[in-house]
Amino acid sequence: MSFKSTKSYIATRDLEVAVNAAVALQRPLLVKGEPGTGKTVLAHEVSRALGMPLIEWHIKSTTKAQQGLYEYDAVSRLRDGQLGDERVHDIGNYIVRGKLWEAFEAEQQSVLLIDEIDKADIEFPNDLLLELDRMQFYVYETRKTVVAKQRPIVIITSNNEKELPDAFLRRCFFHYIRFPDRETMEQIVQSHFPDVKQELAREALNVFFQIRGVNELKKKPATSELLDWLKLLMIEDLPPEVLRSADSKVVLPPLHGALLKNEQDVHLFERLAFLSRRQPQR
Amino acid sequence: MFSSFILALRAAGLPTSITEHLALLNAMRSGVCDYSVEDFYYLSRATLVKDERHLDRFDRVFAEVFKGLERVEGEDHELMQQLPEEWLRKLTEKLLTDEEKKLIEAAGGFDKLMELLKQRLAEQKGRHQGGSKWIGTAGTSPFGAYGYNPEGVRIGQNESRNRSAVKVWDKREFKDLDGDVELGTRTMKLALRRLRRFARQGAATELDIGGTIKATANNAGSLDLKMVPERHNAVKVLLLLDIGGSMDDHVRACEELFSAIRTEFKHLEHYYFHNCIYERLWKNNRRRKDTETTTWDLLRTYGPDYKVIIVGDGAMAPYEVVNPGGSVEHWNEESGKVWLQRLTRHFRRTAWLNPVPQDQWRYSVSTGMLSEIMEARMFPLTLEGLDDLTRELAR
Repeated sequence: MSFKSTKSYIATRDLEVAVNAAVALQRPLLVKGEPGTGKTVLAHEVSRALGMPLIEWHIKSTTKAQQGLYEYDAVSRLRDGQLGDERVHDIGNYIVRGKLWEAFEAEQQSVLLIDEIDKADIEFPNDLLLELDRMQFYVYETRKTVVAKQRPIVIITSNNEKELPDAFLRRCFFHYIRFPDRETMEQIVQSHFPDVKQELAREALNVFFQIRGVNELKKKPATSELLDWLKLLMIEDLPPEVLRSADSKVVLPPLHGALLKNEQDVHLFERLAFLSRRQPQR
Repeated sequence: MFSSFILALRAAGLPTSITEHLALLNAMRSGVCDYSVEDFYYLSRATLVKDERHLDRFDRVFAEVFKGLERVEGEDHELMQQLPEEWLRKLTEKLLTDEEKKLIEAAGGFDKLMELLKQRLAEQKGRHQGGSKWIGTAGTSPFGAYGYNPEGVRIGQNESRNRSAVKVWDKREFKDLDGDVELGTRTMKLALRRLRRFARQGAATELDIGGTIKATANNAGSLDLKMVPERHNAVKVLLLLDIGGSMDDHVRACEELFSAIRTEFKHLEHYYFHNCIYERLWKNNRRRKDTETTTWDLLRTYGPDYKVIIVGDGAMAPYEVVNPGGSVEHWNEESGKVWLQRLTRHFRRTAWLNPVPQDQWRYSVSTGMLSEIMEARMFPLTLEGLDDLTRELAR
């Protein structure tokens, strides 16, 4: 069983190789790339392609590694102690399982997504080294070791806000999702909107790559923005001619709000459009 | 296997280790990828490179090490597997010109050639190079790679698999992700992120045990939790900028860089100097006389916990650094070196940020002298330089 491009997710060959290597060697796969190139979606697709349940662990700046294993709810135990609850005698009642434990204990092998690991504290990846390597951890409160019944397939995404420690990286496979080229992008559009008018898709892609070609943009639109925009275009049922501007240079496209997320970028485009209008037509 | 490749990667500055080498070999054994150069490239890239900044360097080394590699090393049964007849035929049609096809006709036609090939494949045992009969490389047999026989069939040197694969790494698509590139508009954003990381140090809450016990006791024994914010270590930064001269643009870029994130720092102060630091600094270059402070005052005003970043190209005449009275602008009683040493002694963390590319530093004597005074804490204005700088200052 191996991971391949599906109808809804177009994976390049290098991504397929990286995923399959990570699955075969049971090591985590670290995925980086521009925002909106489908890092998180990859985990969903892998879980679907391999027919395994997906366990998602979204990381925030306050997330601690321990929370992925388990948490000891001391406060409710104290409260129960004051109220004289019977449960208080078994510490196990107050151990709250984390996502990693969930993945370890699952009957079926699962896909574990650790999303945006770079959001967390700089020590976070280090604290998970042993757990991800051996796929086991020790619960101090109950003095038990939790060992994975099946090693989950771990997919980790990062937006590059923090450097990850070397020791952590050594244990991972790494893939950098490059921005798709025109050909791949056409496939992606086809797979998401099979009934899109060919002409509309072509014109939209022309405009999209033109916009990405402008270097001064603060946030270049990525795949997810393109798909949103196309959806809008289809809902509005705009004719393809609207996208084909007279001098085919730079003009603000219709419904640009889906592509440009920043008023400076919109402003930049307005200026460029103004300049190109002033230039004499050749 | 591949140890020369690993060594070449390490020589190029990629932090590849034995763990990764073994992982690669394991992955090869488990048959994750097909026997093709392109797949091997993808697999080794996923295994050996852990940072997109290194991708470009990896591509370059890969191209160098595997240049001229025309077939995947392997046993012959793999070769057999690789050569379905249809595929070979197609390939031959693609590679041979009409004249060559005519030549083949002369030698007995295409089918006969194919038959001969199959026969030889069956006869042949072991990898072969040279010679005039067996299939291998650099021979004159009709079969093999790099042959001189015009009716030769290229094996394992075909266009579809190999050349396109070479293109993948020869394209060097990850060039601008390399960390050694000087700061441009694109990298500026990343630089900002690094500095922000430098500025932010812990802001979570923790349980105040003393407070909780007290509050619980006050509450007649029923639990009352008290939380306190973790100690917030906002960083204090003192920027000293070299102004007036060829480096103005770079210095301004640096200034913008730091002021863009000034809210992140608890304190961010800046002063200007010209070429080297002497007894006076000023806050506003246009109203220089009104805004002057003596360096002694600076040392008294800002405590040792300020992190000092000096920005300048450090290129000047050596006497401007070491000789009293060496300044180009005024008579200085004490040399720049003395002042710099005073600064580095007073502040616990100091570093010099140099916008000049690092490989040009050695052409300037004064840069070397300054670097020595700063105890090698001089960093280039690149992403990696900023990384090293923040790491040094945060220590």
